[in-house]
Parts: sequence; structure tokens; C-alpha cells
Amino acid sequence: MTAVEERTGAAAPEKEIGKARRRKEDARLITGRTTWTDNMVLPGMLHLAVVRSPVAHARISNVDVSAAREAPGVVAVFTGRDLAEEQGSLPCAWPVTPDMVNPGHPSIAVDQVNHVGEAVAVIVARSKAAAQDAVELADIDYEPLPVVLDMEEAVKDGADLVHDHLESNTSYHFVFDAGEAGTGGDTEQAFSGADVVVSRRFVQQRLIPAFMEPRSVVVQPQGDNYTMWSATQIPHILRVMAAMVTGIPEHKLRVIAPDVGGGFGGKLQVNPEEILCLLIARRLGKPVKWTETRSESLMTAHHGRDQVQFVDIAADREGNILGLRVRLLADMGAYLRLITPGVPALGAFMYPGIYKFPAYRFECDGVFTNKVPTDAYRGAGRPEATFAIERIMDELAVELGMDPLELRRKNWIDAAEFPFTTVAGLAYDSGDYEAATQQALQLLGYDELREEQRRRRESGDPVQLGIGISTFTEMCGLAPSRVLGSLAFGAGGWEHASIRMLPTGKVEVVTGSTPHGQGHETAWSQLVADSLGVPFEDVEVLHGDTAISSRGLDTYGSRSLVVGGSAVVRAADKVIAKARKIAAHLLEASEDDLEFADGKFSVRGTPGTGLGIQEIALAIFAAHDYPEGIEPSIDADATFDPENFSFPHGTHLCAMEVDTETGFVKIRKYASVDDVGTIVNPLIVEGQVHGGLAQGIAQALYEEAIYDADGNLTTGTFVDYLVPSAADLPHFDTGNTVHAAPGNPIGAKGVGEAGCIASTPAVVNAALDAVRHLGVTDIRMPLTPERVWRAIHQGGDGGDRAAARSNAQAVDSSDAPSTSGGAL
Amino acid sequence: MIPAPFAYARPTTVEEALQAIADCGEDVKVLAGGQSLIPVMRLRLAAPETVVDLGKVAGLRGVRDDGDAIVIGAMTTHSDVLADPLVAEHAPLIAEATGTVADRQVRHRGTFGGALVHADPAGDLPAVALALDAEFVVAGQSGRRTVPAGEFFVDYLTTAVGEGELLVEVRVPKYTGWSMRYEKFNRVAQAWSIVAVAAAVRREDGRIAEARVGLTNMGPTPLRARQVEEALAGAEATAEAVAAAAERAAEGTDPTSDLNAQADYRQHLAKVLTRRAVSTAAGL
Repeated sequence: MTAVEERTGAAAPEKEIGKARRRKEDARLITGRTTWTDNMVLPGMLHLAVVRSPVAHARISNVDVSAAREAPGVVAVFTGRDLAEEQGSLPCAWPVTPDMVNPGHPSIAVDQVNHVGEAVAVIVARSKAAAQDAVELADIDYEPLPVVLDMEEAVKDGADLVHDHLESNTSYHFVFDAGEAGTGGDTEQAFSGADVVVSRRFVQQRLIPAFMEPRSVVVQPQGDNYTMWSATQIPHILRVMAAMVTGIPEHKLRVIAPDVGGGFGGKLQVNPEEILCLLIARRLGKPVKWTETRSESLMTAHHGRDQVQFVDIAADREGNILGLRVRLLADMGAYLRLITPGVPALGAFMYPGIYKFPAYRFECDGVFTNKVPTDAYRGAGRPEATFAIERIMDELAVELGMDPLELRRKNWIDAAEFPFTTVAGLAYDSGDYEAATQQALQLLGYDELREEQRRRRESGDPVQLGIGISTFTEMCGLAPSRVLGSLAFGAGGWEHASIRMLPTGKVEVVTGSTPHGQGHETAWSQLVADSLGVPFEDVEVLHGDTAISSRGLDTYGSRSLVVGGSAVVRAADKVIAKARKIAAHLLEASEDDLEFADGKFSVRGTPGTGLGIQEIALAIFAAHDYPEGIEPSIDADATFDPENFSFPHGTHLCAMEVDTETGFVKIRKYASVDDVGTIVNPLIVEGQVHGGLAQGIAQALYEEAIYDADGNLTTGTFVDYLVPSAADLPHFDTGNTVHAAPGNPIGAKGVGEAGCIASTPAVVNAALDAVRHLGVTDIRMPLTPERVWRAIHQGGDGGDRAAARSNAQAVDSSDAPSTSGGAL
Repeated sequence: MIPAPFAYARPTTVEEALQAIADCGEDVKVLAGGQSLIPVMRLRLAAPETVVDLGKVAGLRGVRDDGDAIVIGAMTTHSDVLADPLVAEHAPLIAEATGTVADRQVRHRGTFGGALVHADPAGDLPAVALALDAEFVVAGQSGRRTVPAGEFFVDYLTTAVGEGELLVEVRVPKYTGWSMRYEKFNRVAQAWSIVAVAAAVRREDGRIAEARVGLTNMGPTPLRARQVEEALAGAEATAEAVAAAAERAAEGTDPTSDLNAQADYRQHLAKVLTRRAVSTAAGL
């Protein structure tokens, strides 16, 4: 690293874009010596603890918080009844159909609880410990109602209802039909004429985002102004929404997302506790803080996925695909949160994947259950779609007796066909699926592993080997505002940036795309260093405070570099344009004769002349000498609204060992080649791919949020909700192809979700490839050893897990014999 | 989370510790490394009135040679056990199993005695201690007594350590001429065992002269696979003989069903892992 960071005076500075810069922000993030929300201490600050429902579905018949109110250190206790008139409803910004049913979402339950963990009272105390101690003193009576957990049961006629004032448990029925949209042929016709139809039911298990920093909120009232610090991905959206929910005028509310420790979509939310903190700070006129425990986080922060997918694919005998039909049941949980209904709908456009389907129909029912709501989780709709298409392509290949890669190759979009409008109506921008696949095959050592697979099969080795393929694309760079409008989304998809040139020549970049661990500060500095020709170290990136970054739409959907970075580049262009006029004036030359390179304006054909942009910054600060008719500033801002999505793609290959005696699966080798367009920082890209792979592999092998028959979250700690560590994951062989995105000035496509989207089907396909000759056709995720073993030895997909009992002795020990006297 | 309020005592000798426990009545918990007690308290599943912290009782730490046995102090940390030459020489099974406990950070705080007295059926060390016929030295205000491993583990999270008593040290016979293997099965590296098998084997002239097999998480307490041991005693040291003996590993077991595994799968795993553990220990 040292070598590339040294600058020599004379030579032109190296381009920053493409340089594997270590991240500026890491030292403070990794050591924790920074402004995490929970580090905030304000004079007179009070602490909140939330009393939560221990039952999944019940009427609240009595609430007695008198003992809690009397507890030492307790200042106030609020029940749902106390806040009923002012709490409004948490917002849902994505009514995917005009007749979508939204039951409303109280921040604190008033008459009825609809999932375990729902807030029923809030303790306010002088210390966090005092608040927590008083939680146990709240006495709440519940009259149980029937618990609705299974979507396939919930949609039947006469099913028990989650919300008994509604007619059914179905929130909406969303349809995309390519025939009706004019982007494809008639699906029924395509299927009726097909030689081969393969139908499968896939289960996308419920997942928990499990960000590293738990959610935390601080609210400080100052007169009728409020400042909220929150560990959120979306300070800008939160400000608008919180203002609308609470009635605090938007200009009286400032939201700050300080350093935020991960989100993965889990902090793309307007949380009940954020609203409760505002309401209580307003009532008491005192600053308040709420920080969740890990148990609260797993139980009450929104979950992800949880869909049942019915997928049909039609093809002729030669393997030409003819049609795709997808029907989804999507578990909303008990309520609709910010984009709960939109997640499966966002996936609707990705099911055709990289293939040239002539016909396609998608239907989705959003279903209420007595569980915590689902919402965005890394990939949000696209991992589900990618899983379904990449799994069904393998199943079709088996049915046809074709090599799974040959089947894909026969049907994917060729490099020469870009831009290509798919059957779902999306215009894929650029790429080369064959090139990515060839590179991935090399990285994996495909031929050798196939040979080893053959040997193991012939010898009947207890450890069998399989290779799984996932050739994927995703829609990123969310999003063109007009497209979002056409999908009834409640906001646009543009992004804003401004650049402030300081008198000493240093540069402040203000971005509306709020990072929560992605490395914006480093990447944006690289962009600006190249655009303005200033040193990387001279750039500071400001973000996350609505008073500093006034306009923004935050970070999700692999949008930051593609949309937010583009706004930065456009703002830099404007700075240069404004500086050009000053430079022409000071150099006594015509603007047309000036060229700008490496941070300097010089007069064409006049060597030795020149004026640096950092010098111009000082000159215009002094403002002693500048042209008539312009303002004395070279600061600029820009708003970038993409015209199209960007479409990263890639080929992921997984080689998997399956111990047929125990069912244990172990990734032998993993190779991925991703085309994310222009790479600004290869180190950040590599990091995003690694993290994404870990999360996608985790869905395939480890993670599953499980409720027991009463609606209790059995996986309530990390003992049972298994998040893998580096010790459980293989070395990743990663590579890239680069086809610049034509839709933005950087050429970037987005990398935040690629690894997570692509890897899950590659892993499952690999495990199935290892044991398919033993009669296994499906294994439900996650592929626990028990499920794999049962699928091999008993048939089926591995079956249900024993949900009534956790593995954590701690959770069961309440009814265990006393261990008094023993040393724990 | 924040534990409920509790009183705290930090004695520096075993005698002081016993006095502190006696002074505090029934609702007292003894804190060793805290790797299980602290999470349980933070989840408020346990709320003792008093916690007696043994962290400053220096006399409970360390491993010493005691003739035909080694003696491991109850407060010896896992990482100290792992680094100890006496353990490595005379009871390598303990070191191997200890190396699979949780992660490095936990092993630096968690203790040998704490893990044994906690008696979590999914914990690794109880089955190892049982397989090696360890002896547990328990101190009370009336003196010390020695409990054989076979009588130490009474039930789920329950040992023979009585009210007002402390485990002070564990005597492990020297296993000269034996070879050993701990075969652990779990889903992620730092997790508890779903099932694990501790095996120690002494070979003589191409035969297995003696074998000791302990089972982790196959019931509320660690178990000895006696039928396997009997089948192995005097058997030829061949893969076939070991496999046949291992088929008896699940006899008499009563494992739980939980998220990781249902009982029938655990019983299957016990057989496979027993075969693997004994085979490896026997050098097959």
C-alpha cells in the first residue's frame, strides 16, 4: 500500500478510481471509538425499556403498571392507552396494489397484540438498569386468540384471522403478466404447447438481518425542535415519515444517523421505538435513549424473506425454454412496515433471470401471520427470484437429461444482444455471461472437480462431491424515480450531493446516501480526487445528518455508488465549470482556451501557466478579484436521477462435499466472477462480495428464524440463530469482468447485494448435485445436517425441525433443576 | 441485557469462599469463568441474590503431578489446560476436547471446573471426564470428599456438588500407553456439540485391550457407552470390529429433540461418531 500512496511532486497523480485504498473510516469503526448512537450521553437523559408481549395473539384485558411506576428510579410508565391518541400508524410506503389492505401498525399495542415481542408498555427511568428492573413489575393480562403462523393455512377459507376486523389474512394480490404488459406472449398458451413442464415448491425460510450494532435511538427535545439520533440506514426518509406520523413539523425535526454498524436492510425502517422515543421525549420534555438488547433485536426488528414459491417452467425437448410461471405466498408478518409488501413485488421482475423467456406470469399474495413483520433484507426480493430461477433451471436440466450449464447457455442473453429487454420489461444494460462463466470455471478448477465427483461416485465414497451453478443478474441502482412512481412506491429514487470548496483548498463532499459500513467516505474521496484533481486526503465526506445533508434518499438496493456517487461526480463537474470562469478571469484567457487536468487549469499552448482548483478556492473565498455577473463561489450541488436500473451479473460456482453418513455439508471450493461495472475500489468490492457470500451461504446452510407452535421465536439467541463466522466459511476465489454501466457517469452497477443474491442457489444446487444420484431431489433450507441426512436416508426434503426446544441450555434452564452451589 | 441486582462476594481462599456461600443462604451462585452464568443472568433466567466470584482464589488454578494422576484445579482456564504439558502427556483427550470449546476468547475466561459443574449435556468436558474415570474433589465446611465421575453427573445441569460445597479440583489418572480421540459434531465452529464422542483406547498385540467411550449430549447427563466398551475389549483392532462395536453406541441413551437434531438422528450420529472416534484413537 505504501508504494501507491506516495506521491511524487512532478508526475501526474495516479488515478484514484481503481485503487485498492484501505478505508478511511475503518480505524474508528473497528475500535468503536466513534459516535455510535448508544455512545451518546446528554444531560438529564432518561432511559427507556420496553415491556413486550410474551404471547403471539391476544386481547389485552388489563394493564397494571402501578408497581412499575413506583419502582426506584422510574420516572414514568406509558401504556398503549396512554399514547393511543397520538401514536398514529407506522408508515407503509409501498401500496403495491390499489386495493391492498393495510390494517395500520401501532407503535405500541393498545387493545390487542399480534406478535410476540410487540410493545405493550414503556418504562422511563433515570438509568437503563432501573428501567430494565421495572419491566418485570408490569402486570398485563392477555386473553389468548388463535395463533396464525402457517401461510398456506392462513389463506384458506374459514382460517383464523390475524386481524379480525379484516375479511381475510390476505393483504394484497399482485400480478405481473408479460402477455398483458405487452412484454411477452401468453403464458397459458406457452405451457399448453410445451414438451416438458417442471413444477416445484421452494421455501424461502424466514431470516433475521442480524446487523452487528443493535438498534439505538436518542431523542433530544429543544423547545419545539427535536433532534433524533438513530442507528438507521435512512435518516432522510425517517425524518419525513416520523414528522408525518407524530405531527412534529418536518422543519422542526432533525435526524442524525451517526456511524451505524450494519443494516442489511434491517435498518431500512421506521421503527416503533423511534416513534415511541419521539412521543415520550415530547411528553416529558427530556432527552431519552432506547437501545435494544440482542434478544429484542432478534425478536422484534423486522425479519426478511419468508416466502413459499410455486414455480413452473416450460420447455421443449431440446431445452429451449418457453415459459415461466411463479406464484408466491409472502409472509407479511402481523403488520405492514415501510416496504413490507414491496419486497416480493420487487422480485417479480427478476424471476426470468438472465434467460430469454417468451412468456412469463407472476402472482403474489401478501399474507398476514402472527409473527414480526418482514421487510427489506439484503437483496430484498431478488435473492428469492434468483434462487427460484437458478434452482428450477437445474431441475429442468435433470428432467431433460442436459448438462445444467449447457441448458443455461442455450437460453441466456448473448453478449451481442445487449441492451436486451426482458420478458419482465426490464432493459438489461450490459454484460457477457459467457465470459464470466468461463472465468469462474477456471477459478473453480471445474473439470478436475467433475472428475473427482465421478471417482467418488464410482467408489461409493461416504463423502460425495457436487458442483452447483448460479448464473445471475440483479436490478440495482435503485432507482429511476418515474419507474418507482409507476410501481406506486411512495418516493423517488434520485440522490443528491454537494461539494464545498474550503478556503485552504480542502474539499467537503456532502452525500445524501447515508453509509452504515459500506465505505462511502473512501470511495467518494476517490471519485472527487479524480474529478477535481485534489489529493485523496484533502477530501472529507459528510453524511447522515439532515441538517448537514439536507436532501437524500439514503442507502439500500446497491444504490449508493451508482446513484449517490453519480451525484457526487455531477456536482464535481459543476464545481469545475464554475471554477473555469474564475480561472479564465485570473489567467486572463478565454474559457475556451483553458484545459483542466490533474486539478489545474492551464492555457492551451502556453506551457508554464496554470492555476490549481485549490488555489481558486482561496481566491474565491477572498473574492477580491472575480468576474462581473457571477457569484463568488465555486461550490455546487447535483441531484442524479437514473434513467434505468443497472444490472450486475455474474457466475458463481460452488463445490460441496456431503458426508452421507452424517449429512454434514462442507463447501470445498467457491468461485465467483461478478460484473459490477467499473470498480472504484477493488478492496471494497472484494469486501462486499465476501460479506454477501457469507450471508447468501448462511441462508443456504445456517440461518432460519423458527417460531414454535405458539408463535414464540425459538431462535431467540445466537445459540439457535446461527450466523456463520470466518471459521465456517471457505476461502473465496473471486474475480471480475468489467462491462461499464451505460446509465451513469461512473459506469458502476452496484455490488452490495451481488454475493448474497447469487450464492444461495449455487450452494443448494451443489449439495443436490452431490446426492441426486441417491434419489434426493430437494432439501429445504437451511441445509442442516439432520435435513440432509433425512433427505438421503428417508426421502423428502429433510422435513421440519423440532421447533419446541432451543439448543441453548440458558433458554431452557428456567425450568431445569436448580444448580445452586455449583460453579457455572 | 442487564442482570437483576445481586450482592457480590470475592473471596481469596477456598475457606473464605465456603464461608461466603454459607453466609448467603440458599440463593447463591458461584461464579467461575462466567461463560454460562453471566448469559443466564443477563437473560434474567437466573437472578441469584448473591454471586460468589472465585476469580481471586489463586489456589484453585493450575495443573500438578500427583504420582499416578494429574490434578487440575477447578479454576484453571481452558486456555491454560490447552497449554499444559502434563495434560498433553497424560490426558491428551482433555486437551483435544478443550480445543473445541467455544472460541479463543471464551477459552481464555472459561474454566475446567466451571464447565464440569455446570454439567450442560452439550458441554464437551463432562463426557471426557467420565470416559477417563476422573475423580472430583469437593470441599465443604466439614472437609473434603472425593466423588467418582460415574456419580458426579446426577441430572440435567445437576451434579453431586451439594449445597454449601465447591468443586476444588479434578484428579485424572495418567493414561500411559493409551491413545485418544474426541469426535465432535456441530454446525458452526463455536457451537455446542450436537453429539460428541470421547474415546480412549489401549492396544496390545493387534487387539484392543481396553476402551473407554464417553458420549456428549445423548441424555440429560454424559454417558459411558458400556456396551461398546465391552464389545471392544479384546476385539481385533480392525475397522470391521470397531464398526460392529460402534453399532451399540446408542443403546440405553435418551437424547433430546431440539432445533439441531431429533432424538433418532442423535442416536444415529452417536454410532457414526463412535466408530470414527474409536477408529482414529486405535490408529485405524
